[in-house]
Amino acid sequence: MNPENYIILAGVLFTIGSIGVLVRRNAIVVFMSIELMLNAANLAFVSFARINGNLDGQIVAFFVMVVAAAEVVVGLAIIVTVFRSRRSASIDEPNLLKY
Amino acid sequence: MIEPIGTGEAVVFWVCAVLSVVGALGLIMSRRAVHSALWLALTMISLAVLYIANSAPFLGMVQIIVYTGAVMMLFLFVLMVVGVDASDSLVETIRGQRWAAIALGLGFGILLTLGIGNSLAGTGLIGLDGANSEYGGNVEGIARLLFADYLVAFEIVAALLIVAAVGALVLAHRERMSPRPTQRDLADQRIRNGMHPGNQAPPGVYARHNSVDTPALLPDGSIAEQSVPESLRVRGDMRPVDRAAVEETTELSEGQPALGPTTHPDADDPGSSPGEGR
Repeated sequence: MNPENYIILAGVLFTIGSIGVLVRRNAIVVFMSIELMLNAANLAFVSFARINGNLDGQIVAFFVMVVAAAEVVVGLAIIVTVFRSRRSASIDEPNLLKY
Repeated sequence: MIEPIGTGEAVVFWVCAVLSVVGALGLIMSRRAVHSALWLALTMISLAVLYIANSAPFLGMVQIIVYTGAVMMLFLFVLMVVGVDASDSLVETIRGQRWAAIALGLGFGILLTLGIGNSLAGTGLIGLDGANSEYGGNVEGIARLLFADYLVAFEIVAALLIVAAVGALVLAHRERMSPRPTQRDLADQRIRNGMHPGNQAPPGVYARHNSVDTPALLPDGSIAEQSVPESLRVRGDMRPVDRAAVEETTELSEGQPALGPTTHPDADDPGSSPGEGR
């Protein structure tokens, strides 16, 4: 087995996550797909850290996790707020800025 | 120094790779959001195993604790708040967006995979054994980097977390538009609506038994239907009123001489209790 298999797996997961963002309508599922993309990037960071024999990649993955946690907190709060005013978690609903 | 990847790690990789891809596909294909969340949890646990296989045990543990533990629970929590059956609408706002998105995504994936495969083919693996053993282990090495080389980034991230927590509080806070109704307002409203102003009569009031199936008696001796639980009333399990006692009470209230210790011949009544009938 070659070390690039990890990177290819990360690419596949990132692709699936991006398709999820484009196809799904439920805001929470879209959010989970974004989390999947962040995780795929993390896997690439960790694998590159091992390939290059350097711990810096793991530090970057650590920071990605922290930023993702902060992003989840704020994003879910926004989803709850939108749901309160519109009674819907669909991403097609909040189009008031259009008019 | 190039180290080869052993068979054991290859097995771990293939098992976890298949599991994580299945989880990711389940995430984007389940109709219900709760199922998506559970599939994503599967993917994250497989990724944690892959991190550990990639000699990043600290990140693997953080992945399980922070992602599968905290973040996924937060997702499930919000799903429960928003409503479990908030499933996707199948109406397309932009015509053909679904298929265009899938085609674009597949093209992107093929391009990415082939590009990575081409550029990384035959790459050796230096491995983290050297870097890990420099300070005595993976956690120590990460700590050394985090608190020395990346200290500024670490502090900024700490500030970011605090701002995010406060921001979530502000966003989720609901401003009260009208003053909170006081006890006085609630009482006034109850009188205005014509509801029974006080407590409902409990079973057994003015009666000779205090079990729940004994109806309360109104001052004129009739039965207060509301005092017996509705389930008993519906089944017809209301205890019949002991008319003799009622009449005795009426006589007493009308000034008849007291009859002394009452001796009703209902001693075999299963509901009689000691101290009663004296």
